[in-house]
Amino acid sequence: MGFEDTLMTEQNAFVTVSVQNLCRDFGGTAAVRSVNLELRRGEVLGLLGPNGAGKTSTLRMLTGNLAPSGGSIDICGVDLLDQPRDAKAYIGYLPETPPLYQEMTVDEYLRFAAKLHGIRRDEIQAAQDRAKKRCGLSDMSKRLINHLSKGYQQRVGIAQAIIHSPEVIILDEPTVGLDPNQIREIRELIRELGTQHSVILSTHILPEVEAVCDLVKIMHQGRIVFSETRAGLQEKDTSLENVFSQLTSGTETMTSEGV
Amino acid sequence: MMIATIMGKELRLLFSSPLAWILLALIQLVLTWIFLGHLDAFLGIQSQLMQIANPPGVTEIIIVPTFAMAAIILLMITPLLTMRLIAEERRNKTMTLLISAPVSITAIVLGKFLGLMVFFFLVIALLAGTSASLLVGGTLDFGLLLSNVLGLLLVTACFASLGLYISSLTAHPTIAAVGALGVLLGLWVVDIVASDMDSYARNFSLLKHFDYFNRGLIDSFSMAYFALFIVMFLILTIRRLDGERLHG
Repeated sequence: MGFEDTLMTEQNAFVTVSVQNLCRDFGGTAAVRSVNLELRRGEVLGLLGPNGAGKTSTLRMLTGNLAPSGGSIDICGVDLLDQPRDAKAYIGYLPETPPLYQEMTVDEYLRFAAKLHGIRRDEIQAAQDRAKKRCGLSDMSKRLINHLSKGYQQRVGIAQAIIHSPEVIILDEPTVGLDPNQIREIRELIRELGTQHSVILSTHILPEVEAVCDLVKIMHQGRIVFSETRAGLQEKDTSLENVFSQLTSGTETMTSEGV
Repeated sequence: MMIATIMGKELRLLFSSPLAWILLALIQLVLTWIFLGHLDAFLGIQSQLMQIANPPGVTEIIIVPTFAMAAIILLMITPLLTMRLIAEERRNKTMTLLISAPVSITAIVLGKFLGLMVFFFLVIALLAGTSASLLVGGTLDFGLLLSNVLGLLLVTACFASLGLYISSLTAHPTIAAVGALGVLLGLWVVDIVASDMDSYARNFSLLKHFDYFNRGLIDSFSMAYFALFIVMFLILTIRRLDGERLHG
């Protein structure tokens, strides 16, 4: 680790996400079992796992969309369960299906998202322009979301998640359904966002994790079964693919929850 | 603040679809027709009315029956407007955006409710305007008109809160619409079924309570019933959405 890296780590030592012992049952089946996470500013965490591993349930709990059965979630030192509104202000979330109002134009939608996140009236325009520029949507301002292609809709979803410059950005399979060029662009965007914010990313595309993430965690049957830094992975000289298939194959089980 | 944001979004979505405009035009067309019909009848019997000692005025003959009809028409169309409110957000997965934002469930529900009330307010304002056009040829009983406007506002607020609650129970707008229509018609029919004047089942009929306002009687029991009805269904909606996080 070079001098610059050390400096970066010190500057960014602020803990943005701290999850202790998070659990969630769905009618007797445990979807998530005692998950612990800790993330600092400037880190990108990749959450890997086969279908039904509990990734989406974990992310939904982190964003206040699902109440945990047990455990605690702190976002920038604020307890999400006790003070949900204060904690949610630090989070930007892109769910697996982008939450888009098809009847709105891109501008109308982003303006609404900005207001919803409590951005001051005189700052909305600037925030909107910045988010559009970052996601390559500047030419789409007046288009109806309904008329955009899947890739552009995904970008609007990301723009919505970053418009209020949140400390924590949570993206649930952000590159699903995109073409290779778009995937590359989105990865670059995530890497860029990861320098100033904390990013949690769920995916089942292994190269994606290797390309953008500083930390890798593999979930299987609701537990975190593997946790390593990217540097650690490189040192051990094991490929992620081997680790993944060793830990998760053979015991493929389907649960009712989605990915 | 957040309530206003949600309200603005609801109105924007409502008026960006043709549904709201068509309904607005249809309601106005039907009510104006009824209004003109009563006006015609009034002109026909005007000379006979002159001979009665204490004749009913234009307000009683024209405006009162028009408002009574308006209440029934609004009862019928409310389900069409409330069905989308939550069911469609859930179906399109846009509810996540609202829940993940630093906004309380109460603000979401109130914003949606008030957004719809703006629409009803518009309908009622148009109707009041139509009634006011009678001022060209005479004078109106403004007390009676005011009582009708107030009653219609309250009764549509009841329709809206009930429709909103039923919309929160399902992810299918059609089911929400049919459910709301069913319950609203049920509450209306109670009035007819319980023909016995003293039967307290009649007290549950929304249109029965509106009838007092319609006749110019601002009854505090009816006011209390309307207020309780609105608040109860708003609270039920909030609780329902809150509970959703717990059950998945």
